[in-house]
Amino acid sequence: MSLKDQKTLRLVLTEAPGAKRYHALQKLLEHGYTVTCTTETNFQAESNHSNVLVVTGVTSSENLLEQAETTRSQIEAVKHGEWKPWFPVIDYDRCTNCMQCLSFCLFGVYGVDQNHKIEVQNNDSCKTNCPACSRVCPEAAIMFPKYKTGPINGDAVTAADLDREKMKIDISALLGGDVYSMLRTRSERAQSRFSKERDPDKALKERQRCLVKLAEAGDIPPEVLMALPSPEEIIQRAEVAKAKAAAALQNSPQQIS
Amino acid sequence: MSNPQIIYCHCAYAQVVPKEVKEAVLRKLCDANIPFEAVADLCELSARRDAGLQRIVTTTGPIKIAACYPRAVKWLFAAAQARLPADSTEILNMRVQTAEEIFERLLNPEVKPNLPASEQPGAKPNLSSHV
Repeated sequence: MSLKDQKTLRLVLTEAPGAKRYHALQKLLEHGYTVTCTTETNFQAESNHSNVLVVTGVTSSENLLEQAETTRSQIEAVKHGEWKPWFPVIDYDRCTNCMQCLSFCLFGVYGVDQNHKIEVQNNDSCKTNCPACSRVCPEAAIMFPKYKTGPINGDAVTAADLDREKMKIDISALLGGDVYSMLRTRSERAQSRFSKERDPDKALKERQRCLVKLAEAGDIPPEVLMALPSPEEIIQRAEVAKAKAAAALQNSPQQIS
Repeated sequence: MSNPQIIYCHCAYAQVVPKEVKEAVLRKLCDANIPFEAVADLCELSARRDAGLQRIVTTTGPIKIAACYPRAVKWLFAAAQARLPADSTEILNMRVQTAEEIFERLLNPEVKPNLPASEQPGAKPNLSSHV
């Protein structure tokens, strides 16, 4: 089920004194709930909505959390925290619809809408802590709000950011050449070596060495790189992504150079 | 003039907002006994296209949001098809501002709109349908 289709539970707190409210809220927020704090004593709006739990007065934060968890389970709402919300956010003030991100991403995060405009379609397919696509964007239009530094975290983009080589980095630059041909070559070399040596340990070490280099160059978490599919599958996925981007560009009258 | 709607984001799944700042802001909001909306994580709501974000932007009156960078918040809302009104939204950035500054601004009925304006280089009217 997609994120958009999952049911969520919202809580409404009324008549809770400051200190109790604070502890209750902390607990609920840490567990992913959205909480409306109201001063209305007679809160009615949406109270008959099954996704809303109205709580009048707070006895203890533990009891409240238990109550929330019970209701959540009863209405089959999603359990928060199982997915860390890490995904690209596009700044359309900067985006030129160049499709580099679509072409780059191997995990199908990006797509195009009915007007062939780039959009983030599969947020939960994004690899946690990986900001690689934002480095491919020539306009610094891709943000990851939970990233540590600007402008990827949403801080204002400066001229210096755009000038900085790493902001405009191309995946090929990461590897000192065309990544796809490099992967192809590496795959061919590996196949030839495997056929001679049949040494999976050596192969793994080689892959790890390569991935560590990539991680250092592109600030990509090693665990993301380790989770990448085989070179053959990468090539196949890259071709699919490139074809999608090419088709979108062909159909898009709006690309800005 | 109506009181601003106050939204507080707890950024629950990352350690990028200083813990002491978000806790102090939350505590002050609770002690002030004023209505506000506390969300565990704006990013998650955006990814889910949560109806709560649309409810916020369709409610009449100014909006004050204690979260992170204004550019990120603007486009997180936009991604959920909830356009924040540029002339009446003020974002307080808990990543860089102090709890005192933020709380003072949250309680002040005056709004200082600070959403980044649409600008070059990519700005083009035909892309603005996303907001």
